[in-house]
Amino acid sequence: MSAALEFLRARTIFALILLLALFVGFVELVRPGTVTPLWVSNALMFAAPLAIMGGGQTLVMLTGGIDLSVSAVATGSAYLLATNASHGDFYALAIALSLGAIVGAVNGIGVALLRVQPLVMTLGTGLMTGGVMIVYSQQMMASQPHVPGLIQTLGAGKLAGFVPVDLFLWLIVGGVILFGLHRTGFGRLVYAVGDNAEACHLAGVRVWRVLFVDYLICSVLASITGLVLVGGTNAADLSLAESYLLPSVACVVIGGTSIFGGRGGYGGTIVGALILTVLTSLLTLLDVSEPAKQILFGAIILVLAAAYARLTE
Amino acid sequence: MIDVVIDAAPVLSIRGVAKSFGSVVALRSADLEVRPGEIHALMGANGAGKSTLVKIITGVYPSDSGEMRLAGAAARFRSPADARRAGVVSVYQDPAIVPDLTVAQNMRLARVPLAAVKSAMRELGIEGVDLATPARLVDFAILRLIDLARALASDPRILILDEITAALPADLSQRVFAVMRDRRSRGASVLFISHRLAEVTALCDRATVLRDGVTVGVTSTKDAAEQIVDLMLGSEVAKAAASVARPTRAPAKEAAALDVANLNYGHALRGVSFAVARGEVLGIAALEGQGQEALFDCIAGVRRADSGIVAANGVALKLRHPADAIRAGLVLVPANRLTSLLPQRSVQENVALAAFGRMRAWGPIALRAERERVGRAVARLQIDTRAAAEVRRLSGGNMQKVVIARWIAAGFKTLLCFDPTRGIDIGAKRQIYALLREVAEQGASVLLFTSELPEIRLVCDRALVLFGGRVAAEMPAAEATEAALLRAAHGLTEAAS
Amino acid sequence: MTSGAFVRALAMPALLTVALALTRLAHPTFGAFDIQSLALGALPLALAAAAQAIVVISGGIDLSIGSQIAIANVLSASLMQHADFRQSLMISVLVLAAGAGLGLVNGVVVALSRIPDVVATLTTGFIFGGGALLILERPGGGAPAAYLNLAAGQDFGPWLPNGLIVMILGVAAVWAPIRLTRIGLLIYAAGSDPIAAFRSGVDVRAARTIAYLFSGIACAIGGMALTMTTGIGAPLAGAYYTLSSVAAIVIGGVSLTGGRGGMVGPVVAALLLTLAPMDLVFLGIDPNYGQVIQGALIVLVVMAAGFYAYWRERK
Repeated sequence: MSAALEFLRARTIFALILLLALFVGFVELVRPGTVTPLWVSNALMFAAPLAIMGGGQTLVMLTGGIDLSVSAVATGSAYLLATNASHGDFYALAIALSLGAIVGAVNGIGVALLRVQPLVMTLGTGLMTGGVMIVYSQQMMASQPHVPGLIQTLGAGKLAGFVPVDLFLWLIVGGVILFGLHRTGFGRLVYAVGDNAEACHLAGVRVWRVLFVDYLICSVLASITGLVLVGGTNAADLSLAESYLLPSVACVVIGGTSIFGGRGGYGGTIVGALILTVLTSLLTLLDVSEPAKQILFGAIILVLAAAYARLTE
Repeated sequence: MIDVVIDAAPVLSIRGVAKSFGSVVALRSADLEVRPGEIHALMGANGAGKSTLVKIITGVYPSDSGEMRLAGAAARFRSPADARRAGVVSVYQDPAIVPDLTVAQNMRLARVPLAAVKSAMRELGIEGVDLATPARLVDFAILRLIDLARALASDPRILILDEITAALPADLSQRVFAVMRDRRSRGASVLFISHRLAEVTALCDRATVLRDGVTVGVTSTKDAAEQIVDLMLGSEVAKAAASVARPTRAPAKEAAALDVANLNYGHALRGVSFAVARGEVLGIAALEGQGQEALFDCIAGVRRADSGIVAANGVALKLRHPADAIRAGLVLVPANRLTSLLPQRSVQENVALAAFGRMRAWGPIALRAERERVGRAVARLQIDTRAAAEVRRLSGGNMQKVVIARWIAAGFKTLLCFDPTRGIDIGAKRQIYALLREVAEQGASVLLFTSELPEIRLVCDRALVLFGGRVAAEMPAAEATEAALLRAAHGLTEAAS
Repeated sequence: MTSGAFVRALAMPALLTVALALTRLAHPTFGAFDIQSLALGALPLALAAAAQAIVVISGGIDLSIGSQIAIANVLSASLMQHADFRQSLMISVLVLAAGAGLGLVNGVVVALSRIPDVVATLTTGFIFGGGALLILERPGGGAPAAYLNLAAGQDFGPWLPNGLIVMILGVAAVWAPIRLTRIGLLIYAAGSDPIAAFRSGVDVRAARTIAYLFSGIACAIGGMALTMTTGIGAPLAGAYYTLSSVAAIVIGGVSLTGGRGGMVGPVVAALLLTLAPMDLVFLGIDPNYGQVIQGALIVLVVMAAGFYAYWRERK
């Protein structure tokens, strides 16, 4: 027993995968015959945006921060894309992604240079972004928003009717994050700054540069998430990504990244995002009301996070 | 070891207490007996485990093993409040006073009667402090006395004072001693922790000596100063001396590796000037707080000097960030090694960290080259890599070696070492001595501050003594006896007279 | 009281006075009616700010405040719909107890689970949000007119709306038991320096749990105030208060690192944050910029505080 626990403690990713398998097992148990290749394909399609947003969140949480503006940025980007699509797809895409870049830069300046607590900084920029989008949407009443076909394919398309297109985007983004965190100097610094920023300063590292780039990347990833989401729903509204804020934090925490920084990684977040997606699917199968689903979802996150805190104590 | 005749039942007795933090062993086996009506000294070098023992006695954290008896009955406190109720009260090194509350609120917080606190404050000579002042505005030394007054107000059976005199001026220290004697005469016991032997022999009845987490002796303090020192040190430094052989060097003639001219920083540094030649180890000796921290920080670019010049190899430097100093080859091993380590990361990542200071190193890492470079530094310093996955699991000595290995791997011209051997074991100390000499022989230079004066003669070529932010004396290592250094460090006379 | 503390205590009310004077200048017809709508708008926010302030002073942060307010709002509106005034008052006591319960849940989760406050309350907020939807799926419910009049009336003349009185009494009802008893000492100590507090004999985890409990009660009052001012229960109306409560305490001078700050600042800040969008309307600007201004204010105030600390350090 204790030997097994010790093993899991050292290799928490196995514990997570075990948990994921358990949830998939539950799904099959609740309604036998559900877990088909198509179900897997759909689960991956729904997990992709969460995992991409979770990637950004992982990057900032590794430095001991948090980004609470991701949902506002994702929503805003999606909305900007849809309302500017009439000017050409690439123009719209550029506008949409630049929102992420701008908010990320503002977050970065605040957190990295002016040393504002990340929680407050991103709360503030999230509020501002949301407010600007409300004002913008009222000026855009007349225009006819639509989602470019390219983005629809990205968000909802399936290759050969089976492999979700957003999976490819996820693979690219995930590969870059994993490689970046473990095989580049920047990745080393993300961990190092989160573990002990003063030590980095003493070692000659300009800490603010690392943080600035980190928050910038996180916001751009949130922007991309918004594009995938709007491609999936094919309808831009101002509550599009609202429900992604908690899961984006939760999949990182469940995935074993310490909110105090310096420990964890994207591998855990990937499994965390999959667990949350399967959990959603499971709750849908249970045929409970929407509010009850929300309560169960939150409660299970709490239990998982608490169990994880105990395991790694 | 001296045999002690037990002539009174102890009020506090501790047997075989051990405590580890991760893989760092703070206490191996501590024994302690305090009798009623005595002032008992707890002695030991830095890192011997004194403060840990105090925190275990008062319930700040539990011990891993061992037992504690209070007046003969087994006792184990779950919190300091628990200990206070049983009459065991401690004044810790950092005052247990909440900064954002007023002094009076702090007293109410601990539920001690204000009248008793006021009378204790009168006894200590600090009755002038306004109780309505927020604690964060009160001077640190006074804060510790307020903490003491609060402890006295609960009329403890056993009063524990952890380095209470360290920050106190002499007159206030005398007041504290008078209070301790008064409590002894009334039958209470005091456990007194201090580095100052003179205080201990004048004040205490008996002393328990800890070394590396083990009780190595209990002795009466009468005429036992030498014996206590022997117990504390285990004659470590003498043993180390034999292992470092050093040729005498002729002074180098080319531009100095490090040239400091007229450096000023607030009240801490007032016109400090000196030079370190290539291949030289320059020692700095000073009592606590004579400007040595500011000196090292200013040279390393951690703090900005108000005025003055720092030059490396004849080039004056603009030091705005540690990166500026590092680029010029000036690298710092700071006083507190934890400030420069990544506790949750591996030895490899810690050693390699300095390589990523420049943005062009942000790209892909050549892992094999890095592993080789780090491996060489780790091997050269003989770092024990059994717990290499997380640096926080290493022992203090190995942590210190990781900090030095980082600079060995990154390369440097002048090593700024601030008290590198504090609280580490004798084996690691010896390795660091040898390494510093070796580094110098290969043409780099070293600026070494040390709080252990014998190290100056052991490792350095030349010594400076700082006093009141100025260079008070300079002497070749051969003349830097402890007596000479201490006299200069107290600002007494020019040692080289 | 030191002179610095005295100046700080007066700074926020002075700022509000200036803001009101400027408003009057820009909009000469600003009068009793606008004061009434200011009081009504600021009432729930003031209580949300009080709730947040208590938790932050104790060293935590509560991102579930909006959901707690939503629960109190829909619970009161759905239970009081067909009740008379007396019954409504009794239901109020029930809602207060429920609020205390939610606060206690937060406190226990944070104290026992070792999950950081941010993540824990973000998650409980999600759960409570589900709870609010469970009680009332879509906006509805109501309360007797006499009950609504408690906050919406003007029993003391047009210049002193009931809303303002309820605000002061409501905040005082939560804050007085803290400030006037040992609880306040424990909460400030736990937030200021948990280690020193522990060594002084404080049970830090218990102190933080109590802070969440009182915060829950403040949220319950805030939720019922929302019922009084809007006349209905709306399960999603609470969301606004989570972020705005953080804005109010930041502007109101409560230190996010815990242990410092009072209650006057956050409450006045709630009034300022409500006045800002009104002023925008007077100036002919889209009031939706109010949210932008709120976000900018949060960021600017915290940056200014950071600069001030940096400047003091350098001096």
